[in-house]
Amino acid sequence: MDFELSEEQRLLKDSVERLFADRYDFETRKRFMASADGWSRDAWKQYAELGLLGLPFDEKHGGFGGGPVETMIVTEAMGRALALEPYLATVVLAGGLLRHAGNEAQRSALLPKIADGTLLLAFAHAERQSRYDLGDVTTTAKKNGAVFVLDGAKSLVLHGDCADQLVVSARVSGGRKDREGIALFLVDGKANGLSRRGYQTVDGLRAAEIMLEGVKVNADALLGESGKAFPTIQRVVHEAIAALAAEAVGAMISMHEMTVDFLRTRKQFGVPIGSFQVLQHKAVDMLIAIEQARSIMFYGTMMAAEDDAAERDKAMSAVKTQIGRSGEIVGRIGTQLHGGIGMTMEYKGGHYFKRLTVIDTLFGNADHHLKMLARFDGPRAKGEVS
Amino acid sequence: MDLRFTPEENAFREEVRAFFKKNVPEQTRRKLIEGRRLSKDEIVGWQRILNKQGWAVPHWPKDHGGTGWTSTQQYIFLEEREKAPAPEPVAFGSQMVGPVIIAFGSEQQKKKFLPRIANVDDFWCQGFSEPGSGSDLASLKTTAKREGNQYVINGQKTWTTYAQYADWIFVLARTDAAAKKQEGISFILVDMKTPGVTVRPIQTIDGGHEVNEVFFDEVKVPAENLVGQENKGWDYAKFLLSNERTGIARVGISKERIRRVKELASIELDGDKPLIDDERFRMKIASVEVELKSLEMLQLRVVAARRTGDNKPDPASSILKIKGSEIQQAISELALEVVGPYAMPNDPHQDDLLRNEPPVGPDWASPIAPTYFNMRKVSIYGGTNEIQKNIIAKAVLGL
Repeated sequence: MDFELSEEQRLLKDSVERLFADRYDFETRKRFMASADGWSRDAWKQYAELGLLGLPFDEKHGGFGGGPVETMIVTEAMGRALALEPYLATVVLAGGLLRHAGNEAQRSALLPKIADGTLLLAFAHAERQSRYDLGDVTTTAKKNGAVFVLDGAKSLVLHGDCADQLVVSARVSGGRKDREGIALFLVDGKANGLSRRGYQTVDGLRAAEIMLEGVKVNADALLGESGKAFPTIQRVVHEAIAALAAEAVGAMISMHEMTVDFLRTRKQFGVPIGSFQVLQHKAVDMLIAIEQARSIMFYGTMMAAEDDAAERDKAMSAVKTQIGRSGEIVGRIGTQLHGGIGMTMEYKGGHYFKRLTVIDTLFGNADHHLKMLARFDGPRAKGEVS
Repeated sequence: MDLRFTPEENAFREEVRAFFKKNVPEQTRRKLIEGRRLSKDEIVGWQRILNKQGWAVPHWPKDHGGTGWTSTQQYIFLEEREKAPAPEPVAFGSQMVGPVIIAFGSEQQKKKFLPRIANVDDFWCQGFSEPGSGSDLASLKTTAKREGNQYVINGQKTWTTYAQYADWIFVLARTDAAAKKQEGISFILVDMKTPGVTVRPIQTIDGGHEVNEVFFDEVKVPAENLVGQENKGWDYAKFLLSNERTGIARVGISKERIRRVKELASIELDGDKPLIDDERFRMKIASVEVELKSLEMLQLRVVAARRTGDNKPDPASSILKIKGSEIQQAISELALEVVGPYAMPNDPHQDDLLRNEPPVGPDWASPIAPTYFNMRKVSIYGGTNEIQKNIIAKAVLGL
């Protein structure tokens, strides 16, 4: 049992943190957000140069063979900087699906391009009715000779507006919520019959609604075995939850630092407001929530690589519950302690609050996962004695 | 980073678990599971079983009877002991005064007291709090006046846990009235049989008798019972209180108590179905379990940090104390919800397994409400949760 980072991991942490400290201050971020893409292609190039975009991929695919710990390091730093780029969409989600389900031809064609920053991907999975059920898919894929024809509508596709290609989930058999019968397809963003409506999300990032009307793809667009995609989708979502937990922890730490600085410097009644015990205790409540979140983040990072899907599923529900609750506490108290300034768009604090709120809604909020845990027997690590 | 235990550590866990399984007396184990209070004989008897095994004071230096275990092994031992469940060691000897004597005591004190602490030949209690000195402990008024080769102690201590069983008490007393309040305090060991020492019981809201008032009226103590230097007692007390936080999170105990809540909720019917089938109730349990998992990971982080050599009292201990106490209380609330209306009967014989007349209601019911009331203490003792927040605000946040 060891929480220490290796020498390489420490170097990675230093270089990522330096990149954001030097190139990603809040004013710069505002500029990125206001640009046509809503994020920075220059920053994306720098991610590529640092090796962040290929981090989880094998070396033969232009990557570094990193695991959940490396992803945790990167996304925690992104959480602090409130990074806008499509890292989760391209590297963690779509990259993860390719890594776990792609054949060698698909992997060697696409992963190196993700790693060098020239290919953007997104994962088009959720639908209007699916809420947090990963098995709820009504988009259909019908085999017609040598091609599949996709019809349906995908919703809240993270960074789906800028993706060059989409990984689309579609039903090849079974009923709406069957875990069997789901397949994944690589679809070109410019394919005939595919239309999209991009928009900004409340945290300043981007998403898209995707319409698929008679979109034809060849059989080699199939990612993994037809009808057997659910375990892959679940595994990749678990990896995304672990990555988001670290991003949330980064955001919480930064918001707390800002808040404590504010308590030290803001004066009322002739004294710094941090001298008031009632405010001190609220700042401590934030810290406690952060330490809980950070602790469960390590658990999530450890369990992201777990092969037993049921154990991993339970663990991630515990992670997402704690992260959601801690994020809520930190976001709300942090905003409250700043007083009026915390309400303004021009101040950074509120943007952490908004990102934390969005992170809670991604892949199941705290209440949803608590309900899932109530159906299991509670969170329990594999091998742990009950 | 690797959060798994090594094969050697897992083997150690098996060894420890087998020992607890074999050696915790059945009646003691049953009382702990059911939330019944242990007698002095049961507490002492268990400690002697541990001492025979050489495990009474694992955290002490090896030449004083410690085991030389790593901090991870100590953690495993703690967790297995809590989950067995086996009695907690009485902290006042092995966790509190023992380490103080080891760190600051004279050779003579070490020789005289340490082996007797390990075997509980001397049962110790703690003379810190006073009626006017709770959170503001340094304001204490009990005095020790040096007269020749003895101290004469006058004053009153309170909340003295197990004073009714104790052979010895370690006392913080003022030896210099003129000095700043933290600087005039000494740490003195007092034989409870000394003339002038009186113990008066305090009954707590759960109906139990754990704590007492202890009065000192012209109590004459040999000067050799002073620990370390005169007027340095506050430093020793701070050292002692930082040790008190070890294991304060009570993760294993909470795991065992959640297991028990689930077990009882599987028996107790709510309408036609066991309460455990109610989704709302299951969500409440799951909610506590999530927090407990976070707490367990936090505890492991503290244990790992300690292993890497950083032995400073960690501000994380305050967080462990706050969350650990909240979780213990939450579980006692869940148990109260399970027992439902049979929380009502007051049962003066709840701790007696050999009673003649059965209790009113289910035989597991009567300790539950008292435990719920008793658990309110955990956010009060050892520095209230509010004092812990003051400590964090100052030491960690610099406010």
